[in-house]
Amino acid sequence: MDSSVGRLKTYLGVPISKPKVAFFELTSCEGCQLQILNNEATLLEFLSLIQIVNFREAMSERSDDYEIAFVEGSVTRSDEVDRLLKIRRNAKTLIALGSCACFGGVNQLKNRLDPYWVSKEVYGNSSVETNNKAKPLEAFVQIDLMIYGCPVRKEEVEKIVTNLVIGKEIHHLKYPVCMECKANENICLFDVGEPCLGPITRAGCDSWCPNSRAGCWGCRGPADAANVDEMKKIMAEKGFDENILIDRLECFGGFAPYIEELRKGLPDEA
Amino acid sequence: MLFRVLRKEAVADLFGLLAESNRMVAPVQSGLDCLGSPLYAFKEVTDYYEISLTYTTTKIPAKKFFMPFRETMATFIVAGKDWTKKIDLNIDRPFVVFGMHACDINALNKLDKVLLGNFYPMPYYAAKRKNMFIVGIDCVPQPYCFCRSMGADTALHGFDIFLTDLGDHYFVEILSDAAFNFLRQLSVSEPAESDHALYVKTVSAKNNKFSVRVDTTDLTKILDMEFQSEVWEKWGKQCLSCGTCANVCPTCYCYGVDESVGLDLSRATKTKLLYSCNLIDFAEIAGGHNFRPESHSRLKYRYYHKHRGFVEAYEEALCVGCGRCGEACLAGITVPEVIASVRDQES
Ligand code: SF4
Ligand code: SF4
Ligand code: SF4
Ligand code: SF4
Ligand code: SF4
Repeated sequence: MDSSVGRLKTYLGVPISKPKVAFFELTSCEGCQLQILNNEATLLEFLSLIQIVNFREAMSERSDDYEIAFVEGSVTRSDEVDRLLKIRRNAKTLIALGSCACFGGVNQLKNRLDPYWVSKEVYGNSSVETNNKAKPLEAFVQIDLMIYGCPVRKEEVEKIVTNLVIGKEIHHLKYPVCMECKANENICLFDVGEPCLGPITRAGCDSWCPNSRAGCWGCRGPADAANVDEMKKIMAEKGFDENILIDRLECFGGFAPYIEELRKGLPDEA
Repeated sequence: MLFRVLRKEAVADLFGLLAESNRMVAPVQSGLDCLGSPLYAFKEVTDYYEISLTYTTTKIPAKKFFMPFRETMATFIVAGKDWTKKIDLNIDRPFVVFGMHACDINALNKLDKVLLGNFYPMPYYAAKRKNMFIVGIDCVPQPYCFCRSMGADTALHGFDIFLTDLGDHYFVEILSDAAFNFLRQLSVSEPAESDHALYVKTVSAKNNKFSVRVDTTDLTKILDMEFQSEVWEKWGKQCLSCGTCANVCPTCYCYGVDESVGLDLSRATKTKLLYSCNLIDFAEIAGGHNFRPESHSRLKYRYYHKHRGFVEAYEEALCVGCGRCGEACLAGITVPEVIASVRDQES
């Protein structure tokens, strides 16, 4: 696994030091880490760019000596808070990997529900230690970089890591998914009578869902100029119930700041 | 200009002749919307029977065939301290666009002025535009079409052949030698007096079908006077800053450049991506300052580029009135409504 030892990489003749990288998961499905591993065509190149010292999905060795930490998952238990604080102390660069780490992800859906009911539904009568809320990493530590998506898109992770290694600035796309969707020449889902959060969701997934004729659920969180008020009007005009909008906006946690306001407008909350 | 008439059935032969040594692009039905109306797109085709010459408007114009949404401008191979650059203009054989409406032909003519007529022509565009063969076709004005207001309802140049449907045959306008030579191989005939009369009647019937108009009288001046108008804020509040209007516009040409280094650090790519002035970072500069942070100022400048700045530079608007942007805008922002609302401020 450790293909890195010995050989020094150069870029345009300038020696590049391979950073020591560790991967961790808190409460998550590990899907984001799998995304990184599943591209066999580029995996070896990816691994030769960095020195992985910790990656439970792929190797058994463990080390606390790393510069870059990728943390997947949201924080739902107190022991996870301790682990996260320790990772923060060790890492020079802490990267939130995927929507759970960035926004709480699908896990934060339980935040609005009765914690006893949730625990009973999921774990039955066995006792588990779980906090009432699933929270993003940012609630506990400072994050240096977020990589959005549920799951992340491996091409984007590869590009970000390459730029980190060669010291190139990292920019997230600020515009919404519609830009990529139009470039891919998809038929707009609203034309065929389906809802889509593409107009307000940050691009970068290459309009993953609309490419397969499924509306966007906003997994990458809001675009820089997300106009949620107008989105609400559009959904209503196109005949979609406000709950359809709220369900989507709520699914991954990225739109949390808008939800409370929207819920206030609802007639009665069950 | 030469005129001929061509039997309807012979259009398939014209297609066949052109397809022998060219890549054919034509309007095809790409799906149905939720009301059961057909949706159209320009696609590369090989079979004449795939195409739909009676199409309404394609959702996305044919500009993608000479100005792709994403285009590799150069690739680099890095070896040690050195690197080599390879430029590919990304075209091997010319395209024939078979069935282009007048508005889209006029849009190409406008793009030519900017991208070919300047001191530094755009080589990626020029390579695809050069030798392109265009077969124009007449159309039926749709409820969103205002090409007539923009002077783009007829094409005077920018095509090789233009076909107008006269029932059982087409009236053919021929502009190029190449077109003349192709048509010589088919059975075309000289139009009779009655064909001329029918042509004039058909065109005037079309002119009566426009249902939306844009008053462009003194528009550059009115736009100047209404620069501070609060009407822009109203539209800005609606705008999603999504860039769809530019993406579906046959005359928008703005782009950004992305440079990325390959994972093995021995390759790099420079990619051109079509952009839009409505996107939040369109006017952001190094250091992070944004000249147009508010959505209303971005939307306003879109209109100022198309209906003021371009008119001052080229004496025509950078809009052919195809109506695509308004049809595609989920927020319902349409050119006729925006311009009418600005004009209203003056009354
Ligand atoms: S399908 Fe969604 S992302 Fe694509 S253009 Fe329509 S709203 Fe935008
Ligand atoms: S289209 Fe939306 S939901 Fe789908 S991957 Fe992209 S951001 Fe996520
Ligand atoms: S005018 Fe419409 S299509 Fe254009 S950026 Fe605004 S919302 Fe998008
Ligand atoms: S601005 Fe709108 S109506 Fe004008 S050419 Fe562009 S898409 Fe067509
Ligand atoms: S500035 Fe805006 S309106 Fe003008 S060409 Fe560029 S994208 Fe189109």
